[in-house]
Amino acid sequence: MDLTTNYLGLKLKNPVVPSASPLSQNVDSVKALEDAGASAVVVYSLFEEQINHESGEIDHYLSYGSESYAEATSYFPEPDEFKLGPVEYLDHIAKLKKSVNIPIIGSLNGVSAGGWVNYAKNIEQAGADALELNIYYIAANGNLPSSEIENMYVETIKAVKSKVKIPVAVKLSPFFTSMTNMAKKLDGAGADGLVLFNRFYQPDFDLNKLEVVPNLVLSTNWELRLPLRWIAILYGNIKASMAATSGVHSHLDVIKVMMAGGDVAMVCSELLKHGISRVSDMVSGLQIWMEENEYESITQMKGSMSQRRVAEPAAFERANYMKALQSYKLFI
Amino acid sequence: MERPKITIDGNEAAAYVAYHNSEVIAIYPITPSSGMGELSDAWAASGMKNIWGTIPSVSELQSEGGAVGAVHGALQSGSLTTTFTASQGLLLMIPNMFKIAGELTPTVFHVSARSIAASALSIFGDHSDVMATRQTGFALLAASSIQEIMDMAAIAHRATLDSRVPFIHFFDGFRSSHEVSKIEQLTPEDLKAMIDYDKIIELRKSALTPDNPFIRGTAQNPDVYFQGRETVNKFYDACPGKVQQSMDKLAEITGRQYHLFDYFGAPDAKRIIIMMGSGAEAALETVEYLTERMEEKIGLIKVRLFRPFSMESLINAIPESVEKIAVLDRTKEPGALGEPLYLDVVTAITEKFLEGGSKFKTLPRIVGGRYGLSSKEFTPAMVKAIYDNLKLDAPKNHFTVGINDDVTFTSLNYDPAFQIEDDSVFRGMFFGLGADGTVGANKNSIKIIGEETENYAQGYFVYDSKKSGSTTISHLRFGKKPIHSTYLIQSAKFIGCHQFNLLEKFDVLEKITKGGTFLLNSPYSKDEVWDKLPKKVQQQIIEKDLKFYVIDGYTVAHDTGMGARVNTIMQTCFFAISGILPKEEAIEQIKKAIKKTYGSKGEEIVKQNFRAVDQTLENLHQIKIPVSATSAIEIPPIVSPNAPEYVREVLGKLMEGKGDDVPVSGMPIDGTFPSGTTQWEKRNIALEVPVWDESICIQCGKCALVCPHASIRIKAYDKKYLENAPATFKYMKAKGKEFSEDMVYTIQVAVEDCTGCGLCFEVCPVKNKQEVRLKALNMAPQLPLRETERANFDFFLNLPEYDRKEVNVTTVKGSQFLQPLFEFSGACTGCGETPYVKLVSQLFGDRMIVANATGCSSIYGGNLPTTPWTINRDGRGPAWSNSLFEDNAEFGLGMRLSIDKQNDFAKELLAVLAPKVGESLADAVLKAEQKTETGIHDQRERVAELKKKLEQIKTEESKQLLAVADYLVKKSVWIMGGDGWAYDIGYGGLDHVIASGKNVNILVLDTEVYSNTGGQMSKSTGMGAVAKFAAAGKPMGKKDLGMMAMNYGNVYVAKIAMGANDVQTIKAILEAEAYEGPSLIIAYSHCIAHGINMQKGLDSQKLAVESAYWPLYRYNPENVKEGKNPLKLDSKPASIKLEDYIYKETRYKMLTKSHPENAKKLLALAQEEVLAKWKYYEQLAALDYSKDTKDNEEKVN
Repeated sequence: MDLTTNYLGLKLKNPVVPSASPLSQNVDSVKALEDAGASAVVVYSLFEEQINHESGEIDHYLSYGSESYAEATSYFPEPDEFKLGPVEYLDHIAKLKKSVNIPIIGSLNGVSAGGWVNYAKNIEQAGADALELNIYYIAANGNLPSSEIENMYVETIKAVKSKVKIPVAVKLSPFFTSMTNMAKKLDGAGADGLVLFNRFYQPDFDLNKLEVVPNLVLSTNWELRLPLRWIAILYGNIKASMAATSGVHSHLDVIKVMMAGGDVAMVCSELLKHGISRVSDMVSGLQIWMEENEYESITQMKGSMSQRRVAEPAAFERANYMKALQSYKLFI
Repeated sequence: MERPKITIDGNEAAAYVAYHNSEVIAIYPITPSSGMGELSDAWAASGMKNIWGTIPSVSELQSEGGAVGAVHGALQSGSLTTTFTASQGLLLMIPNMFKIAGELTPTVFHVSARSIAASALSIFGDHSDVMATRQTGFALLAASSIQEIMDMAAIAHRATLDSRVPFIHFFDGFRSSHEVSKIEQLTPEDLKAMIDYDKIIELRKSALTPDNPFIRGTAQNPDVYFQGRETVNKFYDACPGKVQQSMDKLAEITGRQYHLFDYFGAPDAKRIIIMMGSGAEAALETVEYLTERMEEKIGLIKVRLFRPFSMESLINAIPESVEKIAVLDRTKEPGALGEPLYLDVVTAITEKFLEGGSKFKTLPRIVGGRYGLSSKEFTPAMVKAIYDNLKLDAPKNHFTVGINDDVTFTSLNYDPAFQIEDDSVFRGMFFGLGADGTVGANKNSIKIIGEETENYAQGYFVYDSKKSGSTTISHLRFGKKPIHSTYLIQSAKFIGCHQFNLLEKFDVLEKITKGGTFLLNSPYSKDEVWDKLPKKVQQQIIEKDLKFYVIDGYTVAHDTGMGARVNTIMQTCFFAISGILPKEEAIEQIKKAIKKTYGSKGEEIVKQNFRAVDQTLENLHQIKIPVSATSAIEIPPIVSPNAPEYVREVLGKLMEGKGDDVPVSGMPIDGTFPSGTTQWEKRNIALEVPVWDESICIQCGKCALVCPHASIRIKAYDKKYLENAPATFKYMKAKGKEFSEDMVYTIQVAVEDCTGCGLCFEVCPVKNKQEVRLKALNMAPQLPLRETERANFDFFLNLPEYDRKEVNVTTVKGSQFLQPLFEFSGACTGCGETPYVKLVSQLFGDRMIVANATGCSSIYGGNLPTTPWTINRDGRGPAWSNSLFEDNAEFGLGMRLSIDKQNDFAKELLAVLAPKVGESLADAVLKAEQKTETGIHDQRERVAELKKKLEQIKTEESKQLLAVADYLVKKSVWIMGGDGWAYDIGYGGLDHVIASGKNVNILVLDTEVYSNTGGQMSKSTGMGAVAKFAAAGKPMGKKDLGMMAMNYGNVYVAKIAMGANDVQTIKAILEAEAYEGPSLIIAYSHCIAHGINMQKGLDSQKLAVESAYWPLYRYNPENVKEGKNPLKLDSKPASIKLEDYIYKETRYKMLTKSHPENAKKLLALAQEEVLAKWKYYEQLAALDYSKDTKDNEEKVN
């Protein structure tokens, strides 16, 4: 049976890929992911803020209060070298490359085109097999028309592509008015893959403290439906590879992603909740299901339930919504 | 051979040589020598090797006494060993120095010579400390410039091995230790060439080793001790020759030839000065000027080797023509016939003369004088005055110079207008704030000019005595010839003022030369700025025909993300205007320097600075000077005219920066100063201050509790007092059943004293329901509020104080009605220590006496010009003193013993006098209960009545009782200090004091580092924290001082953290004071040395407690009597991981960036330790202390 898949031009032994998460923060857990059967790993993200601010922050706190008072012209020893976030990250990528055989996908997370994208080159030089660009942008600025935001995405991908030779995927938010058009634009800009979708952590309110608080909620299975729909719609319309992320919790979800037309299914919450061994459960589950259902290869099922290939293409569009409503009415 | 030219300070020059010549280095922080230890530790942490290819072992000890003990041990065991110290630290080494010298052990101690605390401490430079070691047997070798420091250090390290005599190599604290200068660096090869390795083998051979056993350090009896002491004579006789050989060797290597005594000046001089240290450089400059330009027959002897004193060498160095000699000492020996160098010179010349064969036909007239104590300026004008004195037939002897002694008239007059600064030397002064990076930028400029051009460069920096809002003045000189001007700039060609408001605080342009250049950082545009200048500044610009440039550096800094740091911007302006380098080259060099300074901290900070450089020039403008001064802005007086006379006339001068003008008569004879003087020093340093929103305030009092500067005050009072309130004065109805209907409540901010730290805003628990970002206190710009709030605060101060008898002091709310008797200190913005100190002053200030260990608290508590310790309306308040760093617990115990004795004596006298004063009054006084405010109040009334009666009784006893009657009212003794004192240097004393059982209260302001000297590791430092002396992270855990004290069983012990539990803090302080025995309170004090946002300091405290790193507890021995466990844990088990606390702070986090693997290892160990310790505490707190069971009783019986 052939579980291989092709993602970003990388031939992967199966479609189960752990997405960027704390699990990639140490070499041992990445090794464990490899041992459990992960076909590639997306490393945790290097954030634009880390690149832009960490250096300023360390300088600020090391020099704060210095040269003010005769007895204490400084408060800290100053080492010759600091391994700041970006450097640490690059070292980590290099270390992972030495320790595992599966492809290592670096991840850059930012909100705008800027100096930070130069780090794409550094990540490539550190040995990453591919790069995932996580453009985490909340369109809160009322003066910024959507066309400019879209353009910013396109320019960022172009800037990165011009700097590196390794394949580049873009992790997108679902909040585009015209997702298909946007996907095509990114495809045209050179993106080698689209990762659908970024789950923005939505802030919560703490009513005791009257504060806005960050709130990390792990994904649930139903969240898969959004990427599933869009992968099914986009399949065949773009050249870029597609990865589904959000809501992949079992081998059945992996199968759905493949059938929608995805190349890999990215998994995170399930592993954080139930451990790395869930990767091997998924891979073996996939294998058993394929055996039981007489599928020979992933290629065979890939896109088989995409919009183009289902009996009712409208099911992915408004009709699907109507259907859901109708079935809902049955229960009331 | 071309050697590197480097620009470094004196400490680095000495440490560089010491490090390369040592295998073991024992260190302890003390200003101004700490830098030498810090560099050594940092070099060792980075793997730098000595000249024999091994990394020296660098260890911090618990005191200088400890350091010298380790030095002695390491030397006896055969290692090349050194240490660095100054002042009191050197004094603590003296006992061991006798041993080291007595055993003829080669070593070099590098000393940045500093004043010794007498009637006052001073961190600045003179020779009092080294002169106190004259009798130890150490050789004393002086350096007078930064180049000389490097050279003399190398000479000392060779000479000690050659002679077996241990050496002190000394140079002047601050003037030399902190002066940055361009010098030629000795290479490691040079240093190696200086040393004869056979001598090291000799050291090894004489080492203690079980493979060749012997004993050393015996006890001897009258029969042989004397003879034993005389055995060393030949080594001391030979030592000067060995030193000269070392000097010759250095000359062979470098071409720089030194002698034991070097003569400069006219070969046929008639008048000479003999002196040592940095002042000799100023004297040399003056001699050159006066001999060249005025053909004066004068000269100067620079003393290099003071001990062993070589009579022959001195006399050989003095020209035969000399008739009069002035010998200058930078020290004072009250009661002596003269100071040490003077006495030695007199003895040498006279002895030789009397022996016959002297080169002098007649005995030269020799006078002695004192100069430069505590880094007092020593200028060419003073040097000239000394030569002029020698012109007199009867020159003044035992004179002073540089001060106005209007009491015993020792001082020489001098003409300050006599200035000899060479016109070819560029001289610039830069006024800035500590926070704006001015000094750092100037240090970079010196490096650029020193290392990238042919110029010699010199930089010296004058700092404020306050730790918040402090100002700095940088003095920079550049020129083609070596710079000998070891004094502040007297006339500047360039003045940069990096903060506009400093124009109102200093006479910034006082020292600018005619036609000089003035660069001002101005928030106003080039068109507006002229009209915004004070009139005096306008006049100076016009009269001195200045070239005037402005830049809005604030905007450039803001736009380029530099925040408050205008350093790079102002540096760029300086280079652009001064023309020291071509503009393009200057920019390139600035960028190179930026890369060097910031490169290790990542690319972005470098780019940010580059952006600032690039945007600067387009914003720099030269201003066309109008013909006349038109401004109506007058410079406000520094001190309020309402201040007491002494504050206006004396302390005010210090505030103005004119303390040098205070005559001897202006100073107290015994170091006594009035309390309550910070109130007259309105510093107006806060950009933003809290504004009270009375509409939502819940009157919890937390804001006032946490305010480090006592700038937030609370009163509850009858509304009738509001009659004449200013229109903007705020109040609300007082909440709570303890208040009557007529009572109102006010929170008032002293905006001119506030430092704008924002702790009050952070701690305020109330949020505005309509707009949750707002609280009951919100920060707002200070300037628009200044006038109205000044009036409001004055009105507030005149409202009646809330009756102490009525206050529920156990609550935060109640405690904050009490007047703080510690206010407006110079502590850092957001200081974590002062809220505790202030709280204690509120609770017990009217009857407390404070023994304060040297450190931050003694500096913000007692550094002139003003003191925050103040008095209440009854004239009572804390009595405060600082003895030393190491003896504070004992100092406090002495106070207790004294108070108790006087109390006992008073009681004894009262018992005798009872029939005369009335039995009932006497009985009431003697049996008074003084556990409450009411009890104290009533006793005070009784004592007042008693004193009235005593005045009528004219007996010996009544006179005696009158003098001690106040001791019948309970006094509260507080022993305060930081962790450097309590855990390290003072621990032995602290241990003894708590074991004494006496009723003292010890408050440890635990910042977990030596904060005052710049953040060196103490035994309180947490595992994995980076501190100076622990550059690779502290490998051991924090010492559990509380647990050690609890082991005595009779000590009240509490661990508190106001930010985590304010009620527990108050409870602990009250219980500690109430406990009739020793109490120890360990208070978590967040600190600037933690590398945190100080506004969030209380959050740090909370996290420390939540992680169980800082468990809150109270251990009250009283509970045992009731069969209860004395230990009560006041905090909960860890609810967060240790890393969630420590990695919020740079002190820990930076290790993950500098030594990531070590950080990981130490974090794991530290986490384990925290959990284990908590478990241990929990078990202790659960122990059964109920009265013995029958079984136990049987066992006991």
